[in-house]
Amino acid sequence: MNETLTESAMLPSAARTDLRRGRRIAALPLVLVACLAAWGCARAPEELVVYSARNEQLIKPLFDRYTAETGMPIRFVTDDAGPLIERLAAEGANSPADVLMTVDAGELWFAAQRGLLQPLDSAVLEQNIPEHLRDPEGRWFGLSVRARTIVYSTERVKPEELSTYEALAEPQWQGRLCLRTSKKVYNQSLVAMLIAQHGEERTEQIVRGWVQNLATDVFSSDNLLMEAIAAGQCDVGIVNTYYFGRMQRDNPDLPLRLFWPDQQGNGVHVNVSGAGVTAHAPRAEQARAFLEWLSSAEAQGQFAGANLEYPANPAVEPDERVAAWGAFKASPLNVAQAGELQADAVRLMDRAGYR
Amino acid sequence: MTSRAAALAEGMPASRLSMRRGRWRWIAIAALLCVPALVPVLSIVAAFAAPDLDIWRHLAQHILPQVVPNTLKLVVGVALLSGVLGTSLAWLTAMCEFPGRRFFDWALLLPLAIPTYVLAFVAVGFLDFAGPLQSWLRAVFGSSAWFPPIRSTGGTIVVMSLALYPYVYLLARSAFLTQGRRALEAARTLGLSAAAGAWRVALPMARPWIAGGIALVGMETLADFGAVSVFNYDTFTTAIYRVWSGLFSMSAALQLSGVLLLFVVIALLIERRSRAGARFASSRDASREAPRMSLSPARQVAALAFVSLVFLLAFALPVLQLAHWAVARAASDFDARYFGFVARSLVLAGGGAALIVVASLLLAYIGRREPHRCTRILVRLATMGYAIPGTVLAIGLLVPVIVLNNTLQEALRSWLGPAAPTIMLHGTLFTVLLAYAARFLAVGFNPVESGLHRVTRSIDEAAISLGVTGAALLRKVHAPLLRTSLATAATLVFVDIMKEMPITLIARPFGWETLAVRVFEMTAEGEWERAALPAVAIVLTGLIPVAMLTRRGAYVA
Repeated sequence: MNETLTESAMLPSAARTDLRRGRRIAALPLVLVACLAAWGCARAPEELVVYSARNEQLIKPLFDRYTAETGMPIRFVTDDAGPLIERLAAEGANSPADVLMTVDAGELWFAAQRGLLQPLDSAVLEQNIPEHLRDPEGRWFGLSVRARTIVYSTERVKPEELSTYEALAEPQWQGRLCLRTSKKVYNQSLVAMLIAQHGEERTEQIVRGWVQNLATDVFSSDNLLMEAIAAGQCDVGIVNTYYFGRMQRDNPDLPLRLFWPDQQGNGVHVNVSGAGVTAHAPRAEQARAFLEWLSSAEAQGQFAGANLEYPANPAVEPDERVAAWGAFKASPLNVAQAGELQADAVRLMDRAGYR
Repeated sequence: MTSRAAALAEGMPASRLSMRRGRWRWIAIAALLCVPALVPVLSIVAAFAAPDLDIWRHLAQHILPQVVPNTLKLVVGVALLSGVLGTSLAWLTAMCEFPGRRFFDWALLLPLAIPTYVLAFVAVGFLDFAGPLQSWLRAVFGSSAWFPPIRSTGGTIVVMSLALYPYVYLLARSAFLTQGRRALEAARTLGLSAAAGAWRVALPMARPWIAGGIALVGMETLADFGAVSVFNYDTFTTAIYRVWSGLFSMSAALQLSGVLLLFVVIALLIERRSRAGARFASSRDASREAPRMSLSPARQVAALAFVSLVFLLAFALPVLQLAHWAVARAASDFDARYFGFVARSLVLAGGGAALIVVASLLLAYIGRREPHRCTRILVRLATMGYAIPGTVLAIGLLVPVIVLNNTLQEALRSWLGPAAPTIMLHGTLFTVLLAYAARFLAVGFNPVESGLHRVTRSIDEAAISLGVTGAALLRKVHAPLLRTSLATAATLVFVDIMKEMPITLIARPFGWETLAVRVFEMTAEGEWERAALPAVAIVLTGLIPVAMLTRRGAYVA
């Protein structure tokens, strides 16, 4: 500092103005930072903060409705569950988040496992959400059900040929099966649930059978997979029902249909999109009330309907387009197992060569 | 301009003692500038404290044997192809004359504005078995089995090269424009043919620029997750994500990223070693540009056909497809909020570009004044961020910032008691910009450093001997020489930030939605067609800096 002063004292006046201007410019970023920091801290006294892996267009309308009905403003940030969970963990007791929302039970299980969610003692939630769609310790609750089921070509497959997920590993489907990549958490959960049902050894045989039956390399999305079946590249595949619903909405003549597997056995594999109250929620009480509202008959129709999913609350009817696919028996296994067994499932798929 | 900056530019002679003190001061400033970029690298290094042996065994047995050769093939393929594309296109538009050259001059830059994952999605959607092209082929010929599969190593390499060649194009073009024609002219007066002149003089002289561009392409390819996922092409990056999201091990993911960085360091060292000793400074006399090469009519047609083909494949056709989707969804999805998305994207990209270019310029000058081992290593490390997969970098940077925030919060609480305000450093624009600096420093630094090669000591000495010193030296001599490089750097960073997702997503303030965030919202549940609308908006907004570049004359020489 001193040195700079002497330097400037020795400079001609023009250069000194130059220098002063330079200083002023240099101060600008600091002022900017201060403003931005203050802005980032500003927080309304009464509001809920939600970290959401469920995307904006699916949740914002519900948030707006809740705010209109209760006067409670909701602020949220969306991202994939992985980064949101890391952020929540790092923030610890200083986290502004009250609620964590994800689109997969395994992710909720993982967040609970890391101590990021608090157990709720809510009679409302326990009544509204069936036992197998929530954490046994009450740290998270499924809010909508996503069935991962079989889709087939109406042109080349008769529904009588289909029976179970396991049967897709049999030689009659050689070169006729399409699958999405095992990188997608939905498939990791599916295989985790198969492990829960059959154990690792049998499940590995099934997955190897699937891989042998593949008509083409696995796809990056359920949409591409269904398009491939429609175009004749393969005859049968496994998808989440809402992807099928969307495609059917855009193209009612789609030569594809859903099949509910394993109706005599364990039932259709289901997963949930759900939420929990964070361990250090600044407004835990209000957050619980919000989750209770989301599980209520009032909100459930919209929560599930917006994405053509099934309401988690069995008292609520699904959207009529969804209901048109018919009723089915869903797997009664607790979806938490998707998380517990996910790492095993991923390793198993790696061993079986399911990319 | 301060006298200190002028001293920096001149490499002012001083007594030995103060010079030594000055040196460390500059190195300290360089270190400070590198801090944001060093944080994630240090996070990665720290992760090795507890190696996850069980996961590593699994990886070694089932994942790495496939992923390592895959990654090498991809990086080498994309680097070669985009290097050839970028250099040859730059050669044609900068050195030759053919019909439409003025248009292609800037139009060939446009693919820069299309995010790689978007181009990948469009290509797979259009060219895969179920896509319109193969469906049509089947309708006409009965079979499309002979059609090469797009979801393959070759397809991935071609599509990613089409998306990434502009990095090489922009840098190579700036090299050719500022020295190529004169060099070629000199070579020809010495009796070399045009082709020989190109091979033996102009291309070797442009090498630092071309290498800089290819280095960016290679790093971007290594860090890419979105595009390779669309192709379902397994690379190191997909393995990193699998370990993190599938096996729930962030530490193993960071360790894998560390191995990835090691590869990058080795590749960069080899490149550096191979041009050690060579000096690449040359001057420019703007008042006396050599004329462009005139091509024979047949060659003009060939040149036009080549540049048109690249432009069609890399930009025109994909954008048409996107526009088609976007129009179908615009009625339901487009609303007044889009002005906000665009405005926020502009603020982030503009602010980030300014910050990064200034930091790059300072670093490059410090490197020039103090070619000390310390600064070189610092800068090398700080520009690594570009090769780290986006989400890993975002987490590697954000977690330490959050820890810092927690510490500050505790201090504040113990000082002010319960009245202490809540602070959230990591949810501010400032942190977002710092994180961009960590990620994109390489993108700003490479062009600026290459540009500074051109300002030789002898230019400085000549100017000083004519009495032009200090700030005037910077303004009158350096600024014009560096203008193209700075504009190049700013454009690249701007467009990169427009497309950036993971950092923006995790570090943005509440409600701070941008166009890239919109793309995420749509693609998160696979609604790619709906993502076309924000993607088109990204492309259109990305045109702004390109237009400015052209307007300001920094680009058109």
